[in-house]
Amino acid sequence: MTELFAALFDPNLPFLRYALVTGLLASIAFGIIGTFVVVRRISYIAGAISHCVLGGIGAGLYMHHVVGITWFTPMFGAIMVALLAAVVLAAISLRGKEREDSLIGALWAGGMALGFLFIAATPGYFDPMSYLFGNILLITAKDVYYVLGLDALVLLIVGVFYNAFIGLCFDEEFARLRGIQTHWLYLLLLCMTALTIVLLVRIVGIIMVIALLTLPAAIAGRFSRTIFQMMIGAILLCAMFITAGLGLSYHLDLPSGSVIILVATVTYLLSLIASVRQ
Amino acid sequence: MVDRASRSQSGRAIEFRNVSFFFGPVQVLKNVEFDIDPQDSVCIVGPNGGGKTTLVKLILGLLEPAEGEITIFGGRPDEQRRRIGYVPQNVKFDASFPIPVREVVAMGRLGRSFTGRYRAEDNVAVQDALAAVDLLPLAGRSFAALSGGQRQRVLIARALATGGDILILDEPTANIDHESEQLFFKLLEQLNKQMTILMVTHEVGFASTFFERIICVNKQVFIHPTSKLTGELIQNMYGGDLQMIRHDHRCSAEGHEHD
Repeated sequence: MTELFAALFDPNLPFLRYALVTGLLASIAFGIIGTFVVVRRISYIAGAISHCVLGGIGAGLYMHHVVGITWFTPMFGAIMVALLAAVVLAAISLRGKEREDSLIGALWAGGMALGFLFIAATPGYFDPMSYLFGNILLITAKDVYYVLGLDALVLLIVGVFYNAFIGLCFDEEFARLRGIQTHWLYLLLLCMTALTIVLLVRIVGIIMVIALLTLPAAIAGRFSRTIFQMMIGAILLCAMFITAGLGLSYHLDLPSGSVIILVATVTYLLSLIASVRQ
Repeated sequence: MVDRASRSQSGRAIEFRNVSFFFGPVQVLKNVEFDIDPQDSVCIVGPNGGGKTTLVKLILGLLEPAEGEITIFGGRPDEQRRRIGYVPQNVKFDASFPIPVREVVAMGRLGRSFTGRYRAEDNVAVQDALAAVDLLPLAGRSFAALSGGQRQRVLIARALATGGDILILDEPTANIDHESEQLFFKLLEQLNKQMTILMVTHEVGFASTFFERIICVNKQVFIHPTSKLTGELIQNMYGGDLQMIRHDHRCSAEGHEHD
């Protein structure tokens, strides 16, 4: 750990500072949104959105480098595609579960295929592995501001509509009967999930982002009596996994995204064993 | 045809006029007609797939009829939803959802403000609802940690917290033991003094013990006073033998014969 602290203050290693600060700040959005994803049981939808993001990143690279649209960056493409996927999934979920299943599969695979095609069509070398498994070298000072913005947005929306979100997740039909606009609220939840996923893809990658979104909340849920407690627990656990994962990966010279996810997975399995024993 | 204004003056809690409903090409309800008065206690029975849930969803305004008209206190069901306290089946809830009893009951107060924030009067209504079902001491307890009967009472408290005039219960006796069941009917008896009660069940045995009228749903609807519910009638409706029924309650409506 002392090695990590020394590295954090090393002026030649700014990416590590950015990675840690971004990760710690992102834990707030991850803990809050992850809690809703877990209790509402929509991790498969979050998975589809995260994989779709590659399509947006690919489109961004192509538009930026080939077509020359400078404002169409990979980040812009990722945000647009993730939000589009959220809107489509929210609309389809109102029309029956079977079609939703098929659509998730289509978005999941189709988004990735599109992303690879765009990357292949873009001259120069862009390593898709960085996007799939995360690369902390990609994190810049700008990301810190993006995550701060996301945290502010999530805290504001969830703070204002907290009771309505709980109603939506616990018993959507009843909430609707009480006059809550559950369709819009669900769309809002999916859009916040999409934005959270996009910003965190940098740290742990498209494939593993879903684990960091759900595992801290799933562990916290075992020891919580309220949704608020679950959120706080998920935020703290997420921050812990990112710090420990970054420290270990730096120390062992291993890919940071994979180490963070493994730390989270091992902790989840241990909590599972502990709860079975109880 | 009676216009809506005169109907609202009729004082009926629920009115179905020639209502039909289809799921795609399948007709689920055909020419349904019935009235329910304030403070009636009515049990909706019928075989699975007979249209019980559809009937409830029509009353709640979650579905629209293909033909006919439904009015709740003289208004459209979707406009009058606030006057209905709905108790869904308790088995549908996720046992791992971390939520205390008080928060579940508070959901009955959702929709009174744009954001869903609770005010002081909402907290009072929650306390009153919990007291009505005798669950105040368990207000802070986790909903998941309760027994089937206790969860049932929490969901009734949530429906009471809405301040509605009609209480609709969907299969409330599923997964509760005999003792809880007796407490449950005692509670319904108390609540029936102030509100209309509608209960949906596929267990016909429950129909006769408390309710004044039975609505038998199997695509069409037949209304019977509880005392007129016979084994033969049930056999016709379900197409097979069912448990014996004890009739020990007063009737307030005329009987109908099945086709």
